[in-house]
Amino acid sequence: MARILTAAETESGAFYDPHEHEHAGGGSTMLGFWIYLMSDCLIFACLFATYGVLGTSYAGGPTPNELFDLKLVAVNTAMLLFSSITYGFAMLEAQRKRVGGTQLWLVITALFGMAFVGIELWEFAHMIHEGATPQRSAFLSSFFALVATHGLHVSFGIVWIFVLMVQVGKRGLAPANHRRLACLSLFWHFLDVIWIGVFTFVYLLSTLR
Amino acid sequence: MSTAHTEHAEHGHDDHAHDGPHGSLREYLIGFALSVVLTAIPFWLVMSGVIQSKVATGFIIMAFAVAQIVVHMVYFLHMNAKTDEGWTAVALIFTLVLVVITLAGSLWVMHHLNVNMMPGHSAPDIT
Repeated sequence: MARILTAAETESGAFYDPHEHEHAGGGSTMLGFWIYLMSDCLIFACLFATYGVLGTSYAGGPTPNELFDLKLVAVNTAMLLFSSITYGFAMLEAQRKRVGGTQLWLVITALFGMAFVGIELWEFAHMIHEGATPQRSAFLSSFFALVATHGLHVSFGIVWIFVLMVQVGKRGLAPANHRRLACLSLFWHFLDVIWIGVFTFVYLLSTLR
Repeated sequence: MSTAHTEHAEHGHDDHAHDGPHGSLREYLIGFALSVVLTAIPFWLVMSGVIQSKVATGFIIMAFAVAQIVVHMVYFLHMNAKTDEGWTAVALIFTLVLVVITLAGSLWVMHHLNVNMMPGHSAPDIT
């Protein structure tokens, strides 16, 4: 990244960015992490495309109308939305260098995240119990692939929250930890964006059919 | 988004200058309020079935989804054209182009395959 920037700046005639601060390392981490998220976005695009193509291939099995409980999905959506705003509060506390407040909001975010994953697992268990397993039809294969990939991301996000809480607890809100919190912030809000696609295209639109 | 930058300057968080832009309490609350509204309406439309036409309902809830994604991008992810000298925005636009090609291309090609090759559905008469 540093090299790319230098090249770009050389072309524009300026060898030094007058606004450049001293880099303590990790200066390009946020951009790198953003590019990772964009690649993750492509994974989800492929899974959405798969669902879009196979979503009506029921193979004589259960249909979305019989399987999906929209009230449950609405509760799940609320959980994820609450966790987004609470993570925002954690970031605001971190900006004010308040360790206690940051930790508190991180715990609350993790609890909302766990509620989300818990409800989703309960929904999966319920569906599988009714015989709607991933191998039942192409619709169910693509449904489980897409929704479970999202759920897995959220689960890893929760692990990441606890790891960061340990790091913040040990070293406080040093610039490196602040950067890690900012990365997780992008990751967490990005997962909420993906969930908008899931509840709209998978749950709501399939129920309409 | 300019508000984020002014806030940034006011509080003088120079040590986080490379952590990307961050929002204010006001931004988060506006984003949250908009998200709640933009989530509640599509769920209500589908669950109550107030609009007779299912196709119309479908297009409306898709429009709400797009609106909410933009809200999240602006108020939660703090996207703007200036972060990392525009590289963040360039990466996003590039990804969006790929996403549109992937989705539209897959649906289009597979739809035609289904229409033309599904047994029972007679293919367009070639003879």
